[in-house]
Amino acid sequence: MYGNGYIEIDPTKPVNSLVADEDPVKLAAFEARIAAGDKIEPQDWMPKEYRKQLIRMIEQHAHSEIIGALPEGTWITRAPGFRRKLALMAKVQDEVGHAQLLYSACETLGKSREDMINDLIDGKSKYSNVFNYPALTWADSAVIAWLIDAGAIVNQIANSKGSYGPYCRALDRICAEESFHLKYGHDNVVFLATGTPVQRAMVQDALTRWWPPIMHFFGPSDKLSVHTETLMKWKVKMASNDDMRQQFLNMYVPKIWDLGLTLPDTNLKKNETTGKWDYTEPDWEVFKQVINGNGPCNAERLAVRRMAEEKGRWVRRAILSKDAQYVTPLS
Amino acid sequence: MELTERHVEGLKELLYKMADDLLILGHRNSEWTGLGPILEEDIAFSSMAQDKIGQASALYEILHEMGEAAPDTIAFTRNEKDFHCSHLVEMPIGEYDFSLMRHFFYDHADALRFEMLSNCIFDSVSMVARKFRGEIKYHTMHADAWLKQLAHGNEESKARMQSAINEAFPLALGIFEPGNYENELIEAGIFGGEEALKAAWLDKITPIVEAVGLKLPAVSDVTPALGGRKGYHTEHLQPLLDEMTEVFRIDPVAEW
Repeated sequence: MYGNGYIEIDPTKPVNSLVADEDPVKLAAFEARIAAGDKIEPQDWMPKEYRKQLIRMIEQHAHSEIIGALPEGTWITRAPGFRRKLALMAKVQDEVGHAQLLYSACETLGKSREDMINDLIDGKSKYSNVFNYPALTWADSAVIAWLIDAGAIVNQIANSKGSYGPYCRALDRICAEESFHLKYGHDNVVFLATGTPVQRAMVQDALTRWWPPIMHFFGPSDKLSVHTETLMKWKVKMASNDDMRQQFLNMYVPKIWDLGLTLPDTNLKKNETTGKWDYTEPDWEVFKQVINGNGPCNAERLAVRRMAEEKGRWVRRAILSKDAQYVTPLS
Repeated sequence: MELTERHVEGLKELLYKMADDLLILGHRNSEWTGLGPILEEDIAFSSMAQDKIGQASALYEILHEMGEAAPDTIAFTRNEKDFHCSHLVEMPIGEYDFSLMRHFFYDHADALRFEMLSNCIFDSVSMVARKFRGEIKYHTMHADAWLKQLAHGNEESKARMQSAINEAFPLALGIFEPGNYENELIEAGIFGGEEALKAAWLDKITPIVEAVGLKLPAVSDVTPALGGRKGYHTEHLQPLLDEMTEVFRIDPVAEW
């Protein structure tokens, strides 16, 4: 599950600086292929900026999957009943599997998994801001599985139509799995919302707390810069943040209201004239703070990841040892 | 032969201890989700955990059909004293070396147990045992591959695996703590008994461990960790149960 990539291009940089030292003939051929709907494969020529932006985006996505496994993972051992326990285990396992697929896709662009994970634990690369919020109750895990995964699907279906072959193929599979997560999350929320007063209060509380991070999920309004245009032309960025947010609101707000749950935004309504949703603009200063490491759980998430890396180092060292023998599992 | 009340009680006791082991070990294995030494191991431990929890649920279902409470009630509302799991499965996950050796010892024992039970005179038991046999094959394959890999990795990994063996072996012997109805189970063809299982297990694992250059302690030199089957547990079980039942206890009759 994953929100939108945080594009980091200095807006003061002139647009042609992105491709300043590229061979114009190769660049034109590359852009023509993308315009024709071709997929770019690892061995193909690509502009340096294309490679750089894709690495950043896929890496952020992969990190979001493993960090995202932490808040939900803490509820596996507390899930009430066999049915929920088995489903949540399988769901979180899928998320770790997504990380594995995505790190592999990203490795085709020349950055190793180890380098990516080191950049994550050193705080050099980012992940989706929603995972810096705590999952305080069982209902939080239900809201995450339903609505965060729903948001991720909106984003990932858009990205799966992008131009880089290995990323698109990973996303196709990821989206298929996420759609099960969404059903699991929805079923879970329905049980809570139609359950006992305690269950209902629990899910309402979780939804109220998660609404601001969910509104932040797709990122701030895109500034219509020439850089964004280049990335859209290259099919690295596939949809605007606002468009995805609108799509999400349109699909899920009615479902939330159907369950008799409320959302903490009195301005939230569908504008009959524009056909779009009106809402209170999220506090982007908070978003910026969380992205830059000052959210409620940033330090904890990275500390857990660092601990896991540290504890597992001897295993990785042993299997990479020059004396290590390859063991086929069927032996 | 005519089955008596004691045969049925013996079968229930057997199913309870098997299911409790699976539930608690499945719970422990699931704790690796997100924390494994490599992503592939997070995924592997999660798969094994799902199999174990699923198997536990299927065994509690058989017990339910025999008149015991529903699986969720059995798993999520019993007191610590009423659990019959072995001390081996209760231990925290510790380092990966311990979790791996526990997995190796336990899964080889369970693979053989399911093999024996696939001929059980009770159809419901023999049918699930045959199904589990197909699942656990991959668990033992995984354990064997990693044991071999790490025993042949470097000096550190080899030393770690040897000390994990030394630590987990006495705990693993506790799996075979005899029940109250061993003779009844054997004479009626329900289950071949813990002694026979232990002997088969030692025959199975000894050559695997020796082939990778490691050593099992002599059975006569170690004290098996007994008591779990009788309801005497380590200090680790109660906190695990508190965590496992935290949400369920909010309202045990609610539908979750």
